Amino acid sequence: MSVATDTEVRLAEQVLDVLRGQAGAGVEAEVVVTRTELALTRFATSFIHQNVADLTTTVRLRLHLDGRTAGGATTVTSAEGLRDLVGRTLEGARLLPPDPGWPGLAPSAPAASSGTVDEATAQASPAERAERVRAFVDAAGGLETAGYCRTRFTRGTFANSAGQLVTGATTEAAMDGIARAAGGAGGAPADGVARASSTRLADLDGGVLGARASAKARAAVDPGEIPPGVYPVVLEPAAAADLVFSLAVEGFNGRSVNDGTSFARIGEAQFDASVSFVDDATAPGAIGLPFDADGTPKRRVELVRAGTTVGVAQDRRTAAVAGTESTGHGIGEASFGAFPANLALLASGSGDEQVHEVEGPVADSGVAALVAGLERGLLVSDIWYTRVLDPRRLVLTGLTRNGVWLVENGEITRPVSTLRFTQSYPQALGPGRVVGIGPVAPHVVGEDWIEADLRAPALSLAEWNITGGASG
Amino acid sequence: MTQSPAAFDAATAAVEAALAAGARYADARVVHTRHESMAARNGDVEDLSQAETVGVGVRALVGSSWGFFGVPDLTDAGARDAGARAAAIAHASSGVPGPDADLVPVEPQVGSWSNPVDVDPFEVSLSTKGDLLAGATSASHRAGADVAEGLLQAWDTSTWFVSSEGARIDQRVRKCGGGIWSTVVGEGETQRRSYPSYFGQYGQRGWELVTEFDLPAHAERLAEEARALLSAPACPAGETDVVIGSEQLALQIHESVGHAIELDRILGWEAAFAGTSWLDLARLGSLRYGSDLMTIRIDPTFPGALGSFGYDDEGTPATARDAVREGTWVGVLAGRDSGAVAGLDYGGSVRADGWARLPMVRMTNVGLAPGPHTFDEIVAATDDGIYMENNRSWSIDDRRLNFQFGCEVAWEIKNGRLGRMLRNPTYTGIGPRFWGSMDMLSSEIVPWGTPNCGKGQPGQVGHTGHPAAPARFRGVRVGVRG
Repeated sequence: MSVATDTEVRLAEQVLDVLRGQAGAGVEAEVVVTRTELALTRFATSFIHQNVADLTTTVRLRLHLDGRTAGGATTVTSAEGLRDLVGRTLEGARLLPPDPGWPGLAPSAPAASSGTVDEATAQASPAERAERVRAFVDAAGGLETAGYCRTRFTRGTFANSAGQLVTGATTEAAMDGIARAAGGAGGAPADGVARASSTRLADLDGGVLGARASAKARAAVDPGEIPPGVYPVVLEPAAAADLVFSLAVEGFNGRSVNDGTSFARIGEAQFDASVSFVDDATAPGAIGLPFDADGTPKRRVELVRAGTTVGVAQDRRTAAVAGTESTGHGIGEASFGAFPANLALLASGSGDEQVHEVEGPVADSGVAALVAGLERGLLVSDIWYTRVLDPRRLVLTGLTRNGVWLVENGEITRPVSTLRFTQSYPQALGPGRVVGIGPVAPHVVGEDWIEADLRAPALSLAEWNITGGASG
Repeated sequence: MTQSPAAFDAATAAVEAALAAGARYADARVVHTRHESMAARNGDVEDLSQAETVGVGVRALVGSSWGFFGVPDLTDAGARDAGARAAAIAHASSGVPGPDADLVPVEPQVGSWSNPVDVDPFEVSLSTKGDLLAGATSASHRAGADVAEGLLQAWDTSTWFVSSEGARIDQRVRKCGGGIWSTVVGEGETQRRSYPSYFGQYGQRGWELVTEFDLPAHAERLAEEARALLSAPACPAGETDVVIGSEQLALQIHESVGHAIELDRILGWEAAFAGTSWLDLARLGSLRYGSDLMTIRIDPTFPGALGSFGYDDEGTPATARDAVREGTWVGVLAGRDSGAVAGLDYGGSVRADGWARLPMVRMTNVGLAPGPHTFDEIVAATDDGIYMENNRSWSIDDRRLNFQFGCEVAWEIKNGRLGRMLRNPTYTGIGPRFWGSMDMLSSEIVPWGTPNCGKGQPGQVGHTGHPAAPARFRGVRVGVRG
């Protein structure tokens, strides 16, 4: 196992050499080579039922020739495979209509870091992942369990024909699981969840996570319904992460802002004064490569400062339209736009705070402090399957999952069954709506269709629009 | 292009190595996929990606524990290493073992299958595709769309499957499709119209499918309808009769039936991520899922539909069966291992997203059998209701019961006629209650294709088909908004 990216650099240079040979020196080209070793041990009904790994090197080429742009990718890294990649991409560029939005190549600039790699995580074995699963299952105290333990090691190189060459590597370890308690009187089972991620597998303790999930599940048995309406809520970090993700995809995407389909307006106080958003792939412990798909080095970018929107994520294309500079958030798809993959909603603390496990269904002592301040409202562990109804106001509908509880006078009084909500996320975080923010913002690695390392603290919000319950 | 003898040799070597490393069963798939994607916006082609990937994925069963390894290396040494690593991972799985389980027996198949296409989508020039998208999006932009977008995609996938039981199967599947979308930005909200559907329409057909869309003919209409939506009255809130167009109903089937009948979910194997199901195996054969009009078929043999195949990714030959028969739940989507655990005698619905991903229970084509009515008859028979068309958002709980869908557009139905356009229509409900209220179903079936079904960890994207037709549902809650 090597953190060195020599192999990827050679492949990138090989592609550029082949391209120059076929198209001459005038072609503008970018090559991204990533080598990813992904392993995921999955368990359900308390046994490992799926256990997978793959090792894949992918070469992506994007070129601009005579005003036309085309891209291609291959996992065939032989000389023939690379020649084919270059050939078909050149053909594409020659046949397509002109691309007047081509923003040009990233200039040569060094990356701020080489990424964070933990050698032990890069070399983690199936047995090490299975040990953590075993600990999670055992800590659940006989409850049925399900989830996964994952490790990923990625090396990457970006090279373009303008001389930009950046390399980096990153490791990621994540564990996510539920414990399931049988429902009383024939009712549906109750789930509790715990998850964690880090650049180091050693940071993941299956036993701690299994015990937390178990405590939540046991406290969620026999839930009651509540009527639809507007409720104060405490969203635990797992739930708050959905707000961060949705704001990243829909709201702070420079393309959406250019189109006018985003709520974001730079210079306006759109959030509560306690809210600040920062994207920082260079921070200690951040997961991800230190450059974007355009080859722009990543850096710390403020998006919201004390409630005022001060920036949005840009790639080279969206930045050109907006008349600004790229912030290093390209993902290589013009039709998607720019994505702040390391977006964090800043915690209330200085960064040195520690939270600890507590009794009952609350995730940790930081969340417990927010619950204690809730006169009457809901504690929400997790939300999921959220979809945008209206991008302009960023209204989403979704459901709670893995435990909801009614809170009265700062005390958890009873579990509540699954709830549907329909809520504008910027409005929920708007001026005067944020009652409190947790002292820490854990990493939440995305499960979805786009890689992300988001950070979200627990949130106490004055209003959350519940539009239905489990029965309709 | 990967050649059959070499592909079969690599798959065979991988299986042999897994068995030598202690597996009691192993299978391997060599997969070669070409994917082309082109996106345009306001008359310009912004993205063209032509991707190729080749590799082998090996599954090994040690005791009751599985292991899987995938690698883009078809050399003998690479394939054998993959087989050995799959077995080693299975050995590690046995540290947290499950109950003894076997596989539903399947006669080892030796065969080939491919879907027919009239015009290979990869033989159509990029300039033709680019001109089509640029022209359609330009026309829509000129007609008033603030953002007019289009997308065309095509796949050509060859698979060579070998199992330790003696299966030896090769398949080639070609599919394509796409669509256009027009968005307008108003004061405080956006509106969008799509054609042929929100994600486009896809099928296991050649370029003739895209030609039939006639995208340019719809470009201006989309812009005009999206613009009209900005000033249309909002969908009222309350309970009413709802007529749902076939594209939206296809997604309704996908979310509230297709996923619910996945056996891995029913068994709890997806409990932590995709979720479970409200269905209880003890009630298979007796549970009421919907009205007598509701017959849902699992049919991987549906010609031209996106989820068709000759064999699934465990080597089980394609077989059609009922999932819901005249309102009663009678069948599931199963694999050989999940089927055995459930005591069923069939699998046949296991698929993988390429060589690097584990085959798992997936939808094939899951859709409605035709009803006795027509869309016009349904509207004419409705005194007071709302007709909704084209999906805009979708959300459903982890047991596949409580759903909420948003559509792009709706029209009032008054006294048997379509009336005013309505904006921001939504409807919500509980699966069996909703399906139980279906009292009219059209015979005008369209095999809608869903190219973006997410499931599994690591994530896999599945291509599924959903034959559907317009239908009427009584007493549905509409107009939920935030």
